[in-house]
Amino acid sequence: MSKANGDIRIGVYVCHCGTNISAVVDVKSLAAYGATLPNVVVSREYKYLCSDPGQDLIRQDIAERKLNRVVVASCSPHLHEQTFRNALATGGLNPFFLQMVNIREQDSWVTEDKQAATRKARDLVRAAARRVAWNESLERDRIPIHPAVMVVGGGIAGIHAALTLANSGKHVYLVEREPTIGGHMAQFDKTFPTLDCAACILTPKMSAVKSHKNITLWTYSEVTQVDGYVGNFKVKVRRWPRYIKEDLCSGCLECLKACVYKEAKFPDDFNVGLAKRKPIYISFPQAVPQVPVIDPETCIQFKSGKCKKTCIDACGERHAISLQMEEKTEEVEVGNIILATGSQPFDARRIPYYGYGVYPNVYTALEVERLVNASGPTGGEVVLRDGRTPKSVAIVHCVGSRDEGTNRWCSRVCCMYSLKLAHLIKEHTGADIFNFYIDIRTPGKGFEEFYQKLLNERVHFVRGRVAEVTDWALDPSEENKLVIRVEDTLAGIVRRIPVDMVVLSTGLEPQADAEQVRRLFNITCASGGFFLERHPKLAPVSTFTDGIFLAGCCQGPKDIPDTVAQAGAAAAEALALIDAGFVETEPNAAYVMEEVCSGCKTCVAMCPFSAIEFLQEERKARINQAKCKGCGTCVAACPSGSIYQHLFEDQQIFEEIEGILTNA
Amino acid sequence: MPESFEPKIVAFFCNWCTYLAADLAGTSRIKYAPNTRVVRVMCSGRVDPQFVLDAFAKGADGVLIGGCHPGDCHYQEGNYKALRRFVLLKRLVKQMGIEEERLRLEWISAAEGERVKTVVNDMVEKVRALGPRVPARRKEVA
Amino acid sequence: MASTYGYFPGCSARGTGVAYEESLLTLFRLLNLSLDELKDWNCCGATSYMSIDEGSAFLLSARNLSRARQAGHRELVTPCSACYLVLRKTQDYAARYPEIAKSVGDSLVAANLPPLDSVTVRHPMEVLYNDVGLERIKSKVVRHWRGGRVACYYGCQLVRPFAEADRPHDPTRMDELLQAVGVPTIDYSLKTKCCGGSLTGTIHEVGVRLNYILLKEAARKGAEAIVTICPLCQYNLDAYQGEIRKHAGEPLDMPVFFFTQILGWALGGDARSLGLGRAISGRRSIEEWFSKHAEEVESYV
Repeated sequence: MSKANGDIRIGVYVCHCGTNISAVVDVKSLAAYGATLPNVVVSREYKYLCSDPGQDLIRQDIAERKLNRVVVASCSPHLHEQTFRNALATGGLNPFFLQMVNIREQDSWVTEDKQAATRKARDLVRAAARRVAWNESLERDRIPIHPAVMVVGGGIAGIHAALTLANSGKHVYLVEREPTIGGHMAQFDKTFPTLDCAACILTPKMSAVKSHKNITLWTYSEVTQVDGYVGNFKVKVRRWPRYIKEDLCSGCLECLKACVYKEAKFPDDFNVGLAKRKPIYISFPQAVPQVPVIDPETCIQFKSGKCKKTCIDACGERHAISLQMEEKTEEVEVGNIILATGSQPFDARRIPYYGYGVYPNVYTALEVERLVNASGPTGGEVVLRDGRTPKSVAIVHCVGSRDEGTNRWCSRVCCMYSLKLAHLIKEHTGADIFNFYIDIRTPGKGFEEFYQKLLNERVHFVRGRVAEVTDWALDPSEENKLVIRVEDTLAGIVRRIPVDMVVLSTGLEPQADAEQVRRLFNITCASGGFFLERHPKLAPVSTFTDGIFLAGCCQGPKDIPDTVAQAGAAAAEALALIDAGFVETEPNAAYVMEEVCSGCKTCVAMCPFSAIEFLQEERKARINQAKCKGCGTCVAACPSGSIYQHLFEDQQIFEEIEGILTNA
Repeated sequence: MPESFEPKIVAFFCNWCTYLAADLAGTSRIKYAPNTRVVRVMCSGRVDPQFVLDAFAKGADGVLIGGCHPGDCHYQEGNYKALRRFVLLKRLVKQMGIEEERLRLEWISAAEGERVKTVVNDMVEKVRALGPRVPARRKEVA
Repeated sequence: MASTYGYFPGCSARGTGVAYEESLLTLFRLLNLSLDELKDWNCCGATSYMSIDEGSAFLLSARNLSRARQAGHRELVTPCSACYLVLRKTQDYAARYPEIAKSVGDSLVAANLPPLDSVTVRHPMEVLYNDVGLERIKSKVVRHWRGGRVACYYGCQLVRPFAEADRPHDPTRMDELLQAVGVPTIDYSLKTKCCGGSLTGTIHEVGVRLNYILLKEAARKGAEAIVTICPLCQYNLDAYQGEIRKHAGEPLDMPVFFFTQILGWALGGDARSLGLGRAISGRRSIEEWFSKHAEEVESYV
């Protein structure tokens, strides 16, 4: 523990941050005040300290004024602590002689009274100047990075991230909960705005995953435990039994035909309940892996033990079906984890006045994707549940989104997919289509042009949030129809528009188990329930837990191009760590002053990372510097005060408190 | 109590939740009372009762400790330890004659920028009503 | 579950809604539940006063709630939707807005009344559903329903904004109660659409049109009667069918019952004490369906 020795020379730097800080905090007087503080030899203010010239200013002063401590009063350390530490390092000073003061996010941006904001800044700068005198020179440790990566979630995000990593020679474990990869994209018919067939662009990537020598694909599997830290994660994966051996199955699907259930009877999740499947099934014909699954909840053999097991006969000499299969747990070591667990569609039943589940001809967008899909339950025919072809269709935007009662956010993709469905339905049926919208959000490349195309196709657009979908008929023309009641805000009237079919453009929301999943990986969720990124602008794929990255809709609603971009970015960030070979730790580990340690063992049980061992002979505690994560709990708990923490020493904190509360 | 008494509240915020929430309040431009002075710690479990007592001794009108919600601690359990300590500390502080409202422990997650405002404003109001903790000793900086 | 409830009748129970009170008291008696009427209760002000002078309107309800408390009641049952809404709203606003709590509190003190305390405002429909339960009601049925299919009409004030009596957009409790005594109900999409309330008195054509829509859709869906839980809804739907027949040329003549009349009948109540003779429209259906007591119905009016 170093003492503040005689010759402390502090440089104080106050940033204007353009006008972000200077509009509220009197930066000039603050800098002047800084100069009056003990041990401060220079105190400046500058417009953008984080810029090159700003950093040069600091470096110059270090050299010319022989500074050995630096205080920077600017934005949050979460943003630029690294930047300024680097500035010190390149200026020849140990980077940990820096102390940052947050006078933006926690002062100028949150305070209306300028005088109060300036007073607050002065107190904090004074505190930092006292504290920094007690900062010590520290070195970062290096943690080696295991080169393997785990990607959780096999939708387009997970697939793209996995392929990117695998192509660079790294080993990837791709874990997917469903029996097949492909995610929601596999359910779509065409993708906007090019109207590419979703399956055509997805399936090549899916087969690439299957055949890639660097990818271990575990479908029908879930992560159950994650231990360790960046570079050294130990992950347990539970593999549910398919009852069909993947390595022996040839994908012929004879077993499906042979099943004693001649008719499929059970709801088919892939087709969103519009079709049925047998107890032995495959999600869709191009599933990867091309291996069916037996559902023990519905299979007669599992429920009663008395089935003819025609499936096993059909499989014949391959002997791929094994009803005795049990679940297995795999344990692997990886250096990084990419979460690509996706989102779920909003449940339209939560808005009862739109009639989903009440009127049979109200559909969700995902159901309609399956209808228009040539390999869907109706062979691509857009037919209602009673077999009729609709002559008029209403597409209701923003179902569940932009709504104080359900989800406040805009789900970003729905306007585009609503336009796409309008086009596809019109193409398939020639029906009159009405899109009911609040705003038309078409920001991407080619999106606005796509909207214009729809306008030219004579799709009707009504600006108004649909009030209700009802079967109430005011006159004979509305009999047997669903009536959309809406205020047409541009025309300024309330309208009743009878249609045959209603499509609800449901929004995207976090997966139902997002809370449990995020706890598993020790990350946080943002207020909507999506996983929280480290910084919304500058770090959209990393999280606050080093080594865990995000890709795709699990971080927030987005379309396929953005998902793929983000997945590539996550893979790149993981690659950066792997190629560097190591990650540098924050040197804030705790350490024991053994002379003072009384051997009470209070600390040993406290450490959640088991970083403290008790040396039996010496009767002293010792902290493993590599395992210690720097939480500081043992430091606070030690009754004899013999545990210290680098970067957060007691003495440093006492100085901060003193600085805040009293005159220098 | 002087008309223009502005309480000074020393706040120990954990780096991963509450400090981030305060940053979020900033990026969202949520305005709240300017009476807190934040000391950043890695975890609420780092907050030694001596820090709290020292703050009161040196003239703080209130002390606020901010950590992650139970179950969400970045270091697994540090916040539970903070809670245990806090319960005893509250008793001790009360016996020393310091009013209950002056010491507070709050769980604020990184997404709860709005909550930082509610908690700070509420605490400042309550502490303001109580008056300065040490009327004579604390010197206001000019 | 209390077997004695505080009872706030509301003004219409002694006016055009007298059949509601008659059938309510009969039904509750058949179920061994007693309603203890508040002494010296005052008009609740309904929606009219609320929309003219909210502050004073709260005081009207506060007085009733406070008198309920004074009489030792923890629960106050009111059959009228408007009274229900206004009482609940007063409680809700006083809890949420300190200025209202203060003005109400001060006025109560000035009137020597106890402060607003937790008195739960209840409606007979949910009292029957929650406290008595469908099974118990089913077990007490002594008569089969010999009438046609009915449309259960909830109106708006009972189910919005307070969703305690039933769901706001798709309430079903009245349907379930009636089904429990063997009455077939239809799927009525307009069950929570406004009947116009006092508009039939103020902007008459608008009010009548709203009722016309309700009646016509009920008929279109195959209902032969409408069953309601609100005295003003019942009155509106009942009183203007003649006018509707004349102006719209539609042969509408549908009885509009209170749910307490139907339930009371199934449980053995007689036509007179259920106020069945007070109907304006659909009298022929009423005669047929309650024909065992037809002479009672005829002679009553």
